[in-house]
Amino acid sequence: MAPASSRMRDVFLASVLARMKTDRRLFFLSADFGSPVLDVVARDYPDRFINVGIAEQNLINVATGLALEGFVVVAYAIAPFLSMRCYEQIRVNLGILSQVRPLNVNMVGVGAGLSYDVSGPTHQALEDLSIMRTLPNVEVLSPADGASAGAIAEYCLEHSGPKYVRLDGKPLASLYETGAAVNVEMGFHEWRRGTDVCLVATGYMVHTALKAAQILEAENLSVGVVDMFALSKYKASELSDVLGHYQTVITIEEGFVGKGGLDACLNEALGARGGQRVHALGLPSRYSFRVGDRDEMLRDSGLGEVSIAAKARECLRR
Amino acid sequence: MRGKDLEGMARRIRGKVIEMSHRAETPHLGSALSCVDILTAAYGSVLRIDPGAPADPGRDRFILSKGHAATALYAALAFHGFFPESLLDTYASHGSRLEEHPTPNCVPGVEAATGSLGHGLPLGLGMALASRIQERPYRVYVTMSDGECNEGSSWEAAMMAPAQGVVNLCAIVDFNRWQATGRSCEVMALCPLREKWQAFGWSATEVDGHDVKALAELMQRVPDGSGKPVAIIANTVKGKGVSFMEDDNNWHYRVPTADELSAARKELGLS
Repeated sequence: MAPASSRMRDVFLASVLARMKTDRRLFFLSADFGSPVLDVVARDYPDRFINVGIAEQNLINVATGLALEGFVVVAYAIAPFLSMRCYEQIRVNLGILSQVRPLNVNMVGVGAGLSYDVSGPTHQALEDLSIMRTLPNVEVLSPADGASAGAIAEYCLEHSGPKYVRLDGKPLASLYETGAAVNVEMGFHEWRRGTDVCLVATGYMVHTALKAAQILEAENLSVGVVDMFALSKYKASELSDVLGHYQTVITIEEGFVGKGGLDACLNEALGARGGQRVHALGLPSRYSFRVGDRDEMLRDSGLGEVSIAAKARECLRR
Repeated sequence: MRGKDLEGMARRIRGKVIEMSHRAETPHLGSALSCVDILTAAYGSVLRIDPGAPADPGRDRFILSKGHAATALYAALAFHGFFPESLLDTYASHGSRLEEHPTPNCVPGVEAATGSLGHGLPLGLGMALASRIQERPYRVYVTMSDGECNEGSSWEAAMMAPAQGVVNLCAIVDFNRWQATGRSCEVMALCPLREKWQAFGWSATEVDGHDVKALAELMQRVPDGSGKPVAIIANTVKGKGVSFMEDDNNWHYRVPTADELSAARKELGLS
């Protein structure tokens, strides 16, 4: 039974910590970024934990060197720095090199979307989904709660290949009872089934989508909700089957819209079917310098549940 | 290999590198020639690596971080039996496995995808850290260019290696004093280079980067007992070995003509 809420980071790292004990191949690198669970990892496994410094480029290459020698590596940092400060390192080592050499490097970034709300745009991650999805050979994973973060952690440690895992910076309400409910290889989870419109969301926006669905349900609209937690490797035909009978599909992401993130992912998945309309919701292509809390900022950009419900109605009227 | 054989090997590699640049019309000839003696020392006498088992987990690792000098690496590997020499004739031609910058697994002996600068040292550092935990006493050699010391990522790794007490890592800087468009100590404040590495916590030594014997002795002494990673600042001449190419930075991009190729081969005693 899941707690009422949890931090994805804590659940993910607890899985890693448990594995450190049994799997001698597991190595943890942090770019001077911490957590209470990580303090335990550092204390109990000093030979397999290294703080590489505030040096993300170094983080990726040292991780690659270790992975080439057979280690399963977790590379942990703040999401925007992990995905953008060292993008070329990721491309050369985890994109190019991994195509011919088996590597298990798991980039774990904390601070999905606007979750570091008052920290400002330098610390927010609105580009990471699209730029990471662009890279061949890199899996992109974006859980919506603690249990799914834990399931993704288990998946990462067991499956080879480079991965980018986008974790929220705030504690979030639990959605899944346990990690066992999350089929990472499927890549998505159908929360509700309907007939009129399907809201496909990732990360924090899954919570908002579920709220929007309640609003619409009260108006006798039949609404589906899908949590898309794998954005590059997922079962496309199963996804297409789930979404196929809806008149309208709306994607909702806490990232720049129309730039290659979740919306592009769904267009890819449904492209072959044709005729089905995908409406994309996300943040507009500009940075916000106004201090505000996350929900307020999202509402301002039309990503609150009320606006999402309104968008769904509008789509259905067309 | 013995001194005389090593010298002969260096001349053969130089001749082949010039021929490959001429045939494929590819640049970076000066950069390849400047590191030939480092590669000769490495593959001819230092590295514990069996060309018949190039992926042996116990092998010494050698990373040519200055990937633009790939012709020299390819020639050295082929002449030491890692793959058939005939493959060198396909270099940079359609369908070949040998690209202008080395791609991993293109041929046995190539450890990483290099060419983008500033990658080799942190990658080698990861490999060196792995050896300690896995208790495999291999050594990791990373050959960098002086221009590559412009890249911040090189210094991130340079700071981390001593902090981790890594002693089986050796950075060899091919200090030919040129980068693509200028003198490396003028473009950036690179000098004094040995002192920089020393200040970063490395056991740093300068050496004549064309003295194969001296290079080999230094490279062989890794770990060197200092408790620090080892930096070898190899003072080299860009375009070394051919009088009309030496220290002339036009040969960073110029491609030799047929006449220049034969003149060069003659100087090298290869014709």
